[in-house]
Amino acid sequence: MIDILQNYWQALLYSDGYGVTGLAMTLWLLVLSCAIGFCLALPLAVLRNARNPVLWFPVWLYTFIFRGTPLYVQLLLIYSGIYGLDFVHHTAPLADFFRSGLNCTILSFGLNTGAYTTEIFAGAIKETSHGEVDAGLAMGMSRVTLYRRIIIPAALRRALPAYSNEVILMLHATTLAFTATVPDILKVANDAYSATYAPFDCFGIAALIYLCVSFTLIFLFRRTERRYLAFLSP
Amino acid sequence: MKQIFAPAVAVVCALGTLAAPVAAQAKALTQITFGVDATYPPFESLSPSGAFQGFDIDLGKAICAELKVKCVFVSQSFDGIIPALQARKFDAILSSMTVTPERAKQINFSSEMYNEPTSLVEKKGAGLEPTAASLKGKNVGVEAGTIQETYAKTYWQPQGVNVISYQGQDQVYADLLSGRLDASLQDSVEADYGFLKTPKGTDYQFGGNVTYDPQDVLGSYIAIGVRKDEPELLKKIDWAIAELHKNGTYNKIEAKYFNFDVYGTQPAATTAPAAAAPAASAPAAQ
Repeated sequence: MIDILQNYWQALLYSDGYGVTGLAMTLWLLVLSCAIGFCLALPLAVLRNARNPVLWFPVWLYTFIFRGTPLYVQLLLIYSGIYGLDFVHHTAPLADFFRSGLNCTILSFGLNTGAYTTEIFAGAIKETSHGEVDAGLAMGMSRVTLYRRIIIPAALRRALPAYSNEVILMLHATTLAFTATVPDILKVANDAYSATYAPFDCFGIAALIYLCVSFTLIFLFRRTERRYLAFLSP
Repeated sequence: MKQIFAPAVAVVCALGTLAAPVAAQAKALTQITFGVDATYPPFESLSPSGAFQGFDIDLGKAICAELKVKCVFVSQSFDGIIPALQARKFDAILSSMTVTPERAKQINFSSEMYNEPTSLVEKKGAGLEPTAASLKGKNVGVEAGTIQETYAKTYWQPQGVNVISYQGQDQVYADLLSGRLDASLQDSVEADYGFLKTPKGTDYQFGGNVTYDPQDVLGSYIAIGVRKDEPELLKKIDWAIAELHKNGTYNKIEAKYFNFDVYGTQPAATTAPAAAAPAASAPAAQ
């Protein structure tokens, strides 16, 4: 146990000496994919609640596909499938982008968490109380102002508990990254395992690191919830 | 104190001498169970009907025949094969396992079964050689957990070669085909049978064998692994392997699979054959 830590702590935490690995890579994947997911989800959630089918149907289809298929399959399709297409090979910017395993991983993680986040936010927007909307309209707010000042801030607050859950699930999902050759925590733990054949030690260490990250995330989200959802407390 | 202690010692000794013959009798060899990761043709694979087949399997059967015992093969994936041996799921590992110091700490190894050099595979006409100088800035794929991964990370990555690890060898070939990788590093027989001789591998070729290995990370040869507490079994297997060589059975089995001498091939680390001489001088300078 001690010698595994001694040999691998550096690779487990931030680098194997040549590139980013381990915890740093896992956090980078998590932050970037959640950021992409969030930016994607906010406008899509508004569109999801539109009355015009031309607006809501594509969003519904997107969330249906990405929530209805396993992330692993999506990652394989994006990493192995898309790069195998001829036109991707012959379009220089696309070929450069998809050549990198990290880009493919972040793209698929971002699209996946984006789909879930869209549904979470869309649900929260739908449940905004009519009173608040009426009050905004009575103040003479335009539709855009209404969304910007009333609906979206209120919806994001109410979506916090569900969203924190999604972020933690995303952390767990980053363990798939090595499928696309991205060296995350689990890859380093696997290296240690194949060098020492001590499964409990190697994967136990990995589990502990994930646990610490989950715990920190839960703590941060609890604090945020206490601050922004104070008006809902009994 | 001494008086109390002495009988206790005597009892322990007596138990020990009693237990020893019992254990030996239990081990009066009637069958050997081999753990095999049957995903590695031509050494070990499953036939369409589910039977074990391959060079290792034939050698294993010949060893059993030599010892006049029953042969049983058990499937076990390679990354868990040493723990499974320790857990007594089988008596010996017969799965193309290279002897390395790290593995030798865990288990004992028989004498040499055969040997296969580590080599580079690349697109035809790429002109790459398995040296850091030739591969600088290129993407080279290896399977995670293999000695080839250790080799590439030890000698090549510090020199600016982009070494990428994969979960499985098939993924390495997939990315070699898709063009993500410029070359891949694996043992030569695996590359020959698993890729180059298949329809997919027609546009690819060997880029040469690895010859530079001062730290001996590639290990020495391939052998049967046995638990440390069974020196008797190890002795018997060693004897059987020697017999196979003496009576020509080994050569017969070898000829069935390979058109070259897999036993005579010296460990990649120590050879600098005349054919590879131009390549050998380059890495020696690093």
